[in-house]
Amino acid sequence: MIRLILSLIFLALPALAEEEIVLGLSHDQVAITATFEGSDILVFGAIKREVPIPDQSHLGVIVTIAGPDRPVDIWRKDRVAGIWVNTQDVEVDAAPSFYAVATSAPMRDVLNHVEDLNYRITTPRTIKAIGGQVSDSLAFMNALIRIRTDAGLYQRLEGAIDLEEDTLFRTAITLPANLTEGTYEARIFLTRNGRVIDEYTTEIPVRKVGLERWLYNLAHEHALLYGIMSLILAISAGWGASAIFGMLRR
Amino acid sequence: MQVYLPIAEVSVNAFLLLGIGGLVGVLSGMFGVGGGFLITPMLFFIGIPPAVAVATSTNQVVASSFSALLAHLKRRTVDMVMGTVLLIGGLIGSALGVLLFNYLRSLGQVDLLVQLCYVLFLGVIGALMFIESLNAIRRAKNPAARVVRRKHNWVHNLPIKMKFRVSGLYISVIPPLMVGTFVGILAAIMGVGGGFIMVPAMIYLLGMPTKVVIGTSLFQIIFVAGFTTVLHATTNHTVDVVLALLLLIGGVVGAQFGTRLGVRMKAEQLRILLASLVLGVCTKLAIDLLIKPTELYSLTMGLQ
Repeated sequence: MIRLILSLIFLALPALAEEEIVLGLSHDQVAITATFEGSDILVFGAIKREVPIPDQSHLGVIVTIAGPDRPVDIWRKDRVAGIWVNTQDVEVDAAPSFYAVATSAPMRDVLNHVEDLNYRITTPRTIKAIGGQVSDSLAFMNALIRIRTDAGLYQRLEGAIDLEEDTLFRTAITLPANLTEGTYEARIFLTRNGRVIDEYTTEIPVRKVGLERWLYNLAHEHALLYGIMSLILAISAGWGASAIFGMLRR
Repeated sequence: MQVYLPIAEVSVNAFLLLGIGGLVGVLSGMFGVGGGFLITPMLFFIGIPPAVAVATSTNQVVASSFSALLAHLKRRTVDMVMGTVLLIGGLIGSALGVLLFNYLRSLGQVDLLVQLCYVLFLGVIGALMFIESLNAIRRAKNPAARVVRRKHNWVHNLPIKMKFRVSGLYISVIPPLMVGTFVGILAAIMGVGGGFIMVPAMIYLLGMPTKVVIGTSLFQIIFVAGFTTVLHATTNHTVDVVLALLLLIGGVVGAQFGTRLGVRMKAEQLRILLASLVLGVCTKLAIDLLIKPTELYSLTMGLQ
């Protein structure tokens, strides 16, 4: 019996290590400057093997990039006394502020349901703990995904990964301009017949820099000073415009 | 040219912001309204988070009002004494308003209250001004009709009378204090300077001459809006100085043009224009409440 288990382990081990991801990223960080207009992140890499390419099973690559998790409230309007008002809400403990998932083939071919549950890969799986006193919380979750997809914050890019010779892969993921600051997580999965055989995770810090950083810190750490500075700016701009127009008239 | 706003955390077109600021500036110079009731919905529309839009527009209101006030000061159309009395009322009112606002927020549905407030006050004030201005124009066209002198009403029978020389009034300080307080409460709830309520209140309730009303309104708006800006900056950290700067560059220039346009127009025309504008915004807000929205769901960021 023990021999049988050992031999199974030996059979299994090389199978896990047989194919590995070697990764490159075009950016190892994203700097938000005053003229930031979003950013394209190029994810590329290769599959390292000790053995010939197994040809009997289907190889898939999945790339996900997730922004920091934030709580969010989802409201639904209903007609009350003739006007449309928010009546019901669902509170989500944590939903990624940005989430893109790219695959090398249609999702059902590269990922099975159980692995999706384990690794939380598709967008609905990344939204944690939906709570509230509503019967149809699924409708609220769909609304969250729909609204964020329309805003370019959630992206489902099926078949967007170029996979060449079952060895080289590359894809570009567009980060929109309205990014939340924080540590973004890039995950790359290698699958065979829908089962994950290797996973690679790396972090992409997204940070404000320069003037943006300075103003943000000032607003949060020296709020009164910042408020007064805003007022002085407003008053002097008002005075300046008046003075300039006064001179122009003369 | 796209600009990334550090507090709002969105990227927007700089010229669009300059344009919005300029447009609102023209209106604020012409009518003596701060423009908060116009600029805040516009910022929502271009995708600025509501909390940042409300806080930052108060800062923009300070700038455009100050620019317009200087123009009015040169023409001596500011009643400082009346402005100060209104301001005292206004500060008391906004403190009360903030308390009321927080109480209503604890009950939920504060957004709805704000919207209904807008529809109600814009609608009533707009309609009253519109009718009154139409009558004034009709009277002017038909000089045979006898001009009715303003009657002395209860306002003129209250104690603690004061002389307001610039306005040419000798009335009790109680009505201006009450007007100031009432406007302050509404301003805090609706997130605006309150000029669009203050201006008609000064004309119809206090009987001040239209030319003085605008400068005086601007004078008191600057202080109320400045107070609110600092309050927002210290409690919510939602004043975006880059957004404010772009809006106010457009705003101060617009305000100078607006003031000059305002001088060339007749008081009745000015009032009928302001009335149409107020009614327009009111109609837009009312339609939003009445028509089924295309997206029934909306997202608000949870408290962090």
